[in-house]
Amino acid sequence: MSEKAIEINNLKKVYGKSLHALKGISFSVEKGDFIALLGPNGAGKSTTIGIICSLVNKTSGEVKVFDHSIDSELEAAKRCLGLVPQEFNFSQFETPLQIVVNQAGYYGVPRKIALQRAEKYLKQLDLWDKKDTPSRTLSGGMKRRLMIARALIHEPKVLILDEPTAGVDIEIRRSMWEFLTELNEQGTTIVLTTHYLEEAEQLCRNVAIINHGEIIENTSIKDLISRLDIETFILDVDKLPSEFPNITDVEFRQRDESSLEIDVAKTVSFNRVFEWLSQHNIQVMSMRNKANRLEELFVRMTETQSN
Amino acid sequence: MYDKQSFIALQSIIIKEVTRYFRIWVQTLLPPAITMTLYFVIFGQLIGSRVGQMDGVSYMEYITPGIIMMSVITNSYSNVVSSFFSAKFQRSIEEMLVSPVPTLFILLGYVLGGVSRGLLTGIIVTIVAAQFVEINVNSWGILLVVVLLTSMLFATGGLVNAVFAKKFDDISIVPTFILTPLTYLGGVFYSIKLLPEFWQSVSLANPILYMVNAFRYGFLGFSDIEISTALGLILVFIVGLFSLAYYLLAKGIGIRS
Ligand SMILES: Nc1ncnc2c1ncn2[C@@H]1O[C@H](COP(=O)(O)OP(=O)(O)OP(=O)(O)O)[C@@H](O)[C@H]1O
Ligand SMILES: [Mg+2]
Repeated sequence: MSEKAIEINNLKKVYGKSLHALKGISFSVEKGDFIALLGPNGAGKSTTIGIICSLVNKTSGEVKVFDHSIDSELEAAKRCLGLVPQEFNFSQFETPLQIVVNQAGYYGVPRKIALQRAEKYLKQLDLWDKKDTPSRTLSGGMKRRLMIARALIHEPKVLILDEPTAGVDIEIRRSMWEFLTELNEQGTTIVLTTHYLEEAEQLCRNVAIINHGEIIENTSIKDLISRLDIETFILDVDKLPSEFPNITDVEFRQRDESSLEIDVAKTVSFNRVFEWLSQHNIQVMSMRNKANRLEELFVRMTETQSN
Repeated sequence: MYDKQSFIALQSIIIKEVTRYFRIWVQTLLPPAITMTLYFVIFGQLIGSRVGQMDGVSYMEYITPGIIMMSVITNSYSNVVSSFFSAKFQRSIEEMLVSPVPTLFILLGYVLGGVSRGLLTGIIVTIVAAQFVEINVNSWGILLVVVLLTSMLFATGGLVNAVFAKKFDDISIVPTFILTPLTYLGGVFYSIKLLPEFWQSVSLANPILYMVNAFRYGFLGFSDIEISTALGLILVFIVGLFSLAYYLLAKGIGIRS
């Protein structure tokens, strides 16, 4: 029997009397996986993560972390988990070094070892020169990285990140991606939520999509992408054609004075589009994908479900 | 369950707590030194010299134990109530909730943090007092037991207050409307034997009276109250409040949704 990193079974959460945030979700995360938990605002991502990490009390259902149920073996389950929450949740007055070393202490790591690890992770996350400044003076991106260092200090088998790259600039985001990829290659299972589908596509192998407290999709990123049967391109052209061609599975639209929008089915060779354009003596100056294809799919999936 | 790792966790919480009140020592350690100096100057020296003796000692000597106790009570309480409430408010309490620290050790960590500030303040005030009056100790044993238990009691009370507090104002309601009046009426400045009989019996309903008197006994060797009664009462309160605090934390009241 293969051991799962996380196993969730019919998990429900009702806030107050009637806010059904999770309506009985089930999914699992393989050991060593890198999975994205996607969903629109208010879908229930943070609630799910909160329950896994003991910050939110579940209403019913089962959660197991490396086979340790959070009901009967909570301590063992907690030792396997590291959490980078969506909101900053450290004391604004403490320094990064204090925050990280104390956190290690809560996991029972002796102070001497904690200090060594703190140095390692604060250096890796580029925070070592800020180690003694009050954390409220850190920038937003630094605060996110501080929470990553804190989550790793007890060297957990599973790292859960709730929107770690929200409000982080491109350069740092890329270095975070690199860092996480490397961590995953070394064996850490990673669960990540994000609103950037490009990020999920870059980093993750699998994806679970949650909407209105229900899992509406749980598959591999590859599979998801293979389902995109039509792609839309934008072509900047030197002049517009007077009429549009009649090519099967290709649809032309005028976008504005100098550009065209073309839907092309995956089965159609793009050459046929270019042939027609050159026959009509139209020069293509540049060409790009319209929006992120995954984003479109995502919007379609979550919209269908709401209706 | 309560293994070496739990004790490392406990140590970390205490270090965190002590670091906190030292970092803001101007708000935590300095004020009691100043306030209590004023008490000694005004009540002890200026007014005290006219009061004469109380229970056979100078008025200054008489009020010293109560004043030390008063600062121990306030500081143990306010340390935990502010620290725990701000951990709740900034959500840094989640650092402990996600980790495997047993609930009992979270509770102990905050309480011992508060006790340490209470005792430290007590020492500071004692040093201040020693500038005005000669300090004699009748029974170190009783003195230490009483001060330790009392500060534990109020540190735990502070935690319970913080669990229920929803906004910053809520952490000062109990100190202002309950603790301060009870302390002033708790025989710090007078012997209840001076009161009419009716008010004497009313005073006996005030738990702080027992602590102040037991503590005074530790210094001066006399008390309005039987010492064993006082110790018993303090213990009952500690067990009650500590169990309540444990229950609240274990349930996650006010900290887990
Ligand atoms: N502490 C709480 N008390 C009451 N309702 C809550 C609480 N936390 C979340 N909710 C509600 O539960 C639902 C799910 O919220 P959740 O935070 O899990 O969404 P999310 O998927 O993380 O959204 P986002 O992408 O905006 O972070 C929302 O309707 C939210 O209003
Ligand atoms: Mg969220």
